[in-house]
Amino acid sequence: MAGSIPAFPTANALSDAAARALPVTPGAEAWRRFRRHRLALAGAVILGILVFGVLFGPWLWPVPINEIDFGAKLKTPSWQHPFGTDDLGQDLLARMLYGGRISLAVGVAAMLIAVIVGTFVGAVAGMSRGRVDIALMWITDLFLSLPQIPLLLLIIYLFRDSLKVWVGPEAGVFVLVVAVVGGFRWMPVARLVRAQFLSLREKEFVEAARALGATTSRQVVRHILPNSLGPVIVAGTIDVAAAIIAESTLSFLGLGFPPDIPSWGRLLFDAKDYLDIAPHWALFPGGAIFLAVLSISFFGDGLRDALDPRKVM
Amino acid sequence: MGKYVLRRLLIAIPSLIGISIVLFTVVALAPGDPFEELATNPNIPAEVRANLRLKFGLDDPVAVRYVRWFTSMLQGDWGFSFVSRVDVDTLILQRIPVTLLVIGSSQLLALLIALPVGVYAATRPYSVFDQIANTLAFIGFSLPTFFTGILLILVFSIWLDWLPFVYRADIASTGWRWVWDHFKQAIMPVAVLGLAQGGSWTRYVRAAVLDVIRLDYVTTARSKGLSERVVVVKHVVRNALIPVATLVFLQMPAIFGGAIITEQIFRVPGIGSLLISAILANDTPVIIAVTFVLSCLVVLCNFTADVIYGWLDPRISYR
Repeated sequence: MAGSIPAFPTANALSDAAARALPVTPGAEAWRRFRRHRLALAGAVILGILVFGVLFGPWLWPVPINEIDFGAKLKTPSWQHPFGTDDLGQDLLARMLYGGRISLAVGVAAMLIAVIVGTFVGAVAGMSRGRVDIALMWITDLFLSLPQIPLLLLIIYLFRDSLKVWVGPEAGVFVLVVAVVGGFRWMPVARLVRAQFLSLREKEFVEAARALGATTSRQVVRHILPNSLGPVIVAGTIDVAAAIIAESTLSFLGLGFPPDIPSWGRLLFDAKDYLDIAPHWALFPGGAIFLAVLSISFFGDGLRDALDPRKVM
Repeated sequence: MGKYVLRRLLIAIPSLIGISIVLFTVVALAPGDPFEELATNPNIPAEVRANLRLKFGLDDPVAVRYVRWFTSMLQGDWGFSFVSRVDVDTLILQRIPVTLLVIGSSQLLALLIALPVGVYAATRPYSVFDQIANTLAFIGFSLPTFFTGILLILVFSIWLDWLPFVYRADIASTGWRWVWDHFKQAIMPVAVLGLAQGGSWTRYVRAAVLDVIRLDYVTTARSKGLSERVVVVKHVVRNALIPVATLVFLQMPAIFGGAIITEQIFRVPGIGSLLISAILANDTPVIIAVTFVLSCLVVLCNFTADVIYGWLDPRISYR
């Protein structure tokens, strides 16, 4: 099992005898470190509640998201409508549970794109010295210095209509937002992976694998990549939060999802003209975005501590 | 130093060209034909359309079109706004001062928060103050600006009715009253941007000071019998600020992005709200010109960051 070289040289905190009696796996060690970061633990719990609510909430609260009831419009929270209603009398709790799915799905999907592209670019740059490396890093730096939000808006403005024609209105906006948000966030991952590759490439265990005749692709996939994943996971966590913010920013500017897909940012966009008479309408989705982003940030911070073997805790 | 600035300038020019290529590609790849409407009009023969395309050079090779576009952008020939019937450059020049005022004062606010809080937290790491500051900083940059903006409007404009929530460029009052009115309407946009930025900078300042405070020369300064205050202010902070100063400039693109949203919330008549209203009104020349101006500002800020870094830390420019 060459691939299971522990990514975290388990800090030999326990005495040797105890270690032999009770083997500490990298996962258990990371969990022990993660638990000590109380805010990160709280973030994980809140995040878990949000994800659970978004996944199973629509079954537990089976109210249609588009049932129009003018008799109950702009109602403040009550037992019948726990989060109140909007200007068409639609139930806000149901809309938020549904919209949360969109917001979180965009966050995760955009993160996956960013991590996959970033890891690929970083790995290629880290393994090939010379011109390829320089060219790839120049492109990475170029993307880093692009003005992201204006370009995001420009791309969405130019391509929105044609994508809607190709894949339908809902999927079109989803694909566009995910691709654009993910496409502007792979650079930090690429730099991280490249730096990791540059140092891991020269380590003894990779040299040993090379001496045993492992091909370059086997060295990368079995030895170098698994060991460089720690920082990538942390960066990916932060990317989810950034993608959620980016999506809600676009929706908030009226350039993201259409009104029949109530993502959290879209709800806030619809609510902002009724701030004086129905503040609850803006506060619930805004609070949800804030809670999601904050808990993901704390979670990522805890992961950083937990996955960094050099940090003494 | 002169050679160093020249070298940085030589790096800045390719990145300006790179950004312009990305921008041009995006615009060129976009579907849609400027003469599409003519094609569906039966009264206009196909030759007229072909002649128009020839006149505007739409059938030329891509490289030729790019060079022509880039040179005219550099010369400030940005075209004509479809909506407001004004040259794009006058439109942008009208809007830029407000944006710079709001961004500048919010950066000042952010530094006024981040410097003292970050330095104080770093001199007492893991104390109660440090932990509270750290948590607040996290909250500060996790709050999306559009949500803090709405919260502030809700509290200070609607519930307390202290501040106006629409930014007006044409305030009728004069004298001190005029200054006070401008100050009052700028408070909320500046606070929204400044608090978010201050949150992340506090963490950078803290990390930078922590890096420096354990170095030998600081111990030397202490052992000479200098007071703790002098050690921190004169010896530690001066060196710790070198990376922070660079960072302030490197983060400018993100700040302009945040300003777009803040301007939209508070209806600040700046370059960001110009961009949004142009997008909503399909005013393509304005959209492209604003994006181009923002890209140039980014390159300029990166270049300034490099030069300032070389000036503050001579080791960099001698490399």
